[in-house]
Amino acid sequence: MSTRPVPAWSLPPGDAPAVEAPGPWREALTRQWAIGDSRGAVDVCIVDSGIEAGHPLVGPVASARAVARGEDGSVQIVEDELGDVVGHGTACAGIVRSLAPDCRLHSVRVLGAGNTGAGDLILAGLRHAIDSGHRVINLSLSTTKRRFAEELHELADDAYFKGTVIVASAHNLPVDSYPWRFSSVISVGSHERPDPLTWYANPDPPVELFARGVDVDVAWLGGGTLRCTGNSFAAPHVAGISALVLAKHPELTPYQVKTVLRLTATNTEGTP
Amino acid sequence: MSDEQSAAAAGVLGGDEETFRALLQSIVDVARAIFGAQASSIFLYDEDADELVFEAVSGEGGDTLVGTRFPSSTGIAGFALVTRQPLVVDDLSNDPRFSRERAASTGYVPNSIVASPLLHDERALGVLSVLDRAEDRPFGVAELELLSRFSTQAAIGLDLLLRARRARSALAGEGTPALVARVASLLDEEDGDEGMRLLEALERLLLSRR
Repeated sequence: MSTRPVPAWSLPPGDAPAVEAPGPWREALTRQWAIGDSRGAVDVCIVDSGIEAGHPLVGPVASARAVARGEDGSVQIVEDELGDVVGHGTACAGIVRSLAPDCRLHSVRVLGAGNTGAGDLILAGLRHAIDSGHRVINLSLSTTKRRFAEELHELADDAYFKGTVIVASAHNLPVDSYPWRFSSVISVGSHERPDPLTWYANPDPPVELFARGVDVDVAWLGGGTLRCTGNSFAAPHVAGISALVLAKHPELTPYQVKTVLRLTATNTEGTP
Repeated sequence: MSDEQSAAAAGVLGGDEETFRALLQSIVDVARAIFGAQASSIFLYDEDADELVFEAVSGEGGDTLVGTRFPSSTGIAGFALVTRQPLVVDDLSNDPRFSRERAASTGYVPNSIVASPLLHDERALGVLSVLDRAEDRPFGVAELELLSRFSTQAAIGLDLLLRARRARSALAGEGTPALVARVASLLDEEDGDEGMRLLEALERLLLSRR
């Protein structure tokens, strides 16, 4: 059991405390500059339970891979022919699409179809997504196995240096889970406001941002929708917004994207 | 000590399976009452079979569901288990596929589910679910926090239950720990103190030979 304090997992009702930004930055760095009329035309990868391609809220899926275990126990990346059997990845993909309509969605399935979140499969899927050079990766999941933490940390740093933004949903149970705690990813908890473009910078990390995560109408298996609540649905909002930023400013590095998100957060003083 | 030995020791010295079952039952009873829900359940994740098993049920289905199994990575409970994240899903009855599956497996079709993974140390032991909470009670971040706290209790309860089960299987096994545990169990049931005196004599003998 972790002895570290449990971080704020989600934002209590009401606005977050104001976050100060240096005056000159505040004036220069506006939401209009950051996302303006961007439609998010970059590659976004959902590492999750797969994506139901062609769902009205998801649209086309540019590529779909699955992590599978061979008969000898080895981990392989294969073409995904199942799509999504759980629904979780489709829900995340729909949220990203709603914010970044022109993004190219990619799927790497590491969950479902008999896989309940084995750490080595998640690692392999994430590694594949990073090697593929996608600009944004959404990870609405975590592993609680400490033996995978070091390798996950290295992977998260790899992504950071290669220019891939990893957005990971935060946890609040009193156990350590990864990779959302790492500073090389962007960790996201939930707020209760219904606006997908309201996001808050957290003055008290390790959770860095709060995004819409309560009563979200998400894409569901079979072409339908469901109303869902949870940090799983907050992370893809930030993944979608990151896609908007990167489509407009492809030269930005992950740390610059994180800075832009902080300086243009709803609770950052002077955010226009 | 190995897992089995410590489990055996816990089983002999601590509670038994029935006590831990009662603890899990009280957790789902209280969860159901707090959220004004129709039902609440605790599922155990059976890793070998890759299935979720109803271990405690309060409300709808309480009489029949305990012991029922379904595949671990499907359904809303599966969501919570595989992603290690709690979540709330509403409007389920609008989804014909889900309703059919649910009706077939449990005979009850909920409109809403709240599910939280039961994480203990590094392991995902199962899932706590709350079905059809009262409609006049919104479920926001504060309620998810509350459910998370319940999940911690439920995870500890589930861990104790698993230890008790391992203890029982260790008692039925071979080797010194099993023998000692069986003898300790028998001593517990004995009226007189002859057995204990014999054991103390054995201990003195073994110490004198060191």
